[in-house]
Amino acid sequence: MTSTAAADAASAPASPSAASAPGPATARPRRGHKGGKGPRERTAELASSLAMIVIGVAFLIPLLWVVLASFNESATLSVSWPEKWSLGNFRAIWNTETTFRPLGNSLLLCGGATIVTMVAAVLCAYPFSRYRFAAKRPLLLTVIFATGLPITAIMIPVYSLFVQVNLIDSMFGAILFLGASSLPYAIFLTKGFMDSVPVEIEESAWTEGAGVLRTLWSVVLPLMRSGLSVATIFTFVGMWGNFFVPFMLLLSPDHLPAAVTLYTFSSQYGQVAYGQLAAFSIFYSLPVVALYLIMGRSLGTGFAAAGGVKG
Amino acid sequence: MSTLAPERPATGPVRPRRRRPAGIGDRLTLRRAAPMIPAAVLLVLFMAGPIIYSLDLAFTDKAIRGDGASKTSFVGVSNFTDALTDGDFWNSVVLTILFTLISAVIGQNLLGLLLALLMERANRVISFAITSIVIAAWILPEVVAGYLLYTFFAEGGSLDGILGLVGIPPQTLLFSAPIVAVSFANVWRGTAFSMLVYSAALGAIPGDVQESAAMDGAGPMRRFTSITLPLLRPALATNLMLITLQTLSVFGLIFIMTGGGPDRKSQTLPLYMYEQAFSYGQLGYGTAVALLLLLIGAAASLVYLRLLPEEEKR
Repeated sequence: MTSTAAADAASAPASPSAASAPGPATARPRRGHKGGKGPRERTAELASSLAMIVIGVAFLIPLLWVVLASFNESATLSVSWPEKWSLGNFRAIWNTETTFRPLGNSLLLCGGATIVTMVAAVLCAYPFSRYRFAAKRPLLLTVIFATGLPITAIMIPVYSLFVQVNLIDSMFGAILFLGASSLPYAIFLTKGFMDSVPVEIEESAWTEGAGVLRTLWSVVLPLMRSGLSVATIFTFVGMWGNFFVPFMLLLSPDHLPAAVTLYTFSSQYGQVAYGQLAAFSIFYSLPVVALYLIMGRSLGTGFAAAGGVKG
Repeated sequence: MSTLAPERPATGPVRPRRRRPAGIGDRLTLRRAAPMIPAAVLLVLFMAGPIIYSLDLAFTDKAIRGDGASKTSFVGVSNFTDALTDGDFWNSVVLTILFTLISAVIGQNLLGLLLALLMERANRVISFAITSIVIAAWILPEVVAGYLLYTFFAEGGSLDGILGLVGIPPQTLLFSAPIVAVSFANVWRGTAFSMLVYSAALGAIPGDVQESAAMDGAGPMRRFTSITLPLLRPALATNLMLITLQTLSVFGLIFIMTGGGPDRKSQTLPLYMYEQAFSYGQLGYGTAVALLLLLIGAAASLVYLRLLPEEEKR
């Protein structure tokens, strides 16, 4: 359930721009300098550990609920140890209607939008990173400003526009909007990673007459692979958790992604089946948790601008 | 700070480049700008478009049904004056500010800082386990978080169960003080972000500064207020600005947990805006409220920018 690698990165943050700063490797031994720990350090460690445990337990309870309730066919709202562990909840939602179609829709929506975002972001970041032009700074500032723009506040005009051009309830329209809304942050991250690829390497490609796209594809992108995967995962994860955008732009049950069907879960059955709701929540959360684990240590490189991830 | 600012490579001084033989580092030409077209088209159509349209929409009576539906007309600033004279609007403004203060400025910010400081001293295994839990709360999808916290605060939920163990009667916070419940929920969900920001900033403070201060006889409190805190200022400002903007626009979490109720007691501005636009069908009015929400966000950002030390301002 917990993201071990993510936490690992948390205690060892690294970023392209932090390369010159003293890293965690030098920060760590600080507490035990001059050999072993004195009684003072030990008391501090004990007190800090205890405080962390208290906070951690408070954070843990809701997480415990989802795990325990998913295996408990008579789950209630309260955290309780299942009298009889069972996979019944998972079996009950193991069908197209409840689980596979919404998750498939999520994959189509978020996967499609991630492709749109990343292709546009990489293409846009290259000239930003490699050429000089007068409007560069104002344009970059606009992009940075746009990363902080609360999407919630523009959903009504977006809805209204989509109704007018008949894009409401269109998967295609939702993919394009979702893609565009995460574009500023993706451009911003991608450009940062691209800047750290030395230009000198491209020179030979240029002198051999390779064009912009050719150079970008076969020289630059392979060199920034890890940065690119961080940007891609951040984009995807942000979209996967997004509720408001598909909630507004998609209507028919056939199109709804998991974020929205989870909301309609309770009304579907009349009486809320909490165990099934928990089981579905786990199915829905797994891909995101898995991606964070894959991202592992490189999480530190991108988390700071996670404004786009939270909403 | 360094880890905090992926924008630095973007806007910082351009790396000095030698004159090179072929195209790179040269001026942008029309041909070379061609790859930027897809991004430009997407951003203009789907981001700039709606923003510009909202400036028009907010001054009309456009509606889903009723008067403004068949024929939309310009109504001047009346949407704004309607909002400013509506008690429910002000109720939402107060709740939004309360929600942002409790959950972002106080909750996520202080708890994140505390956890980052504790992480440095606590036992490594414990620190690793606890940060994993906090981060898990952060990466779960918004709707899942909403339901998890709903079960925690609901009547007969985990909170009442725990309080019962120590003999405190059920609180049913979702009815008695829903804004407090959703604020705590947002703290649960958002603390990891601040924790990561502060832990990165703390990691960038050179250890020898602390050591020499300790040798000069500065106690832990003194070292914290005179060294750590001033060095954390840029991180503090950045973190506060980001989480405030995020928190102002939180919709899903509250929508799932309380739907804004009961009796509008947790109806923050995004939920008020949604209700006006879709339950009552007043798209023009809803857009005006959205613009006022943006205004509050801009005002908050300006306050935080003043927190930044001079050299960090661009």
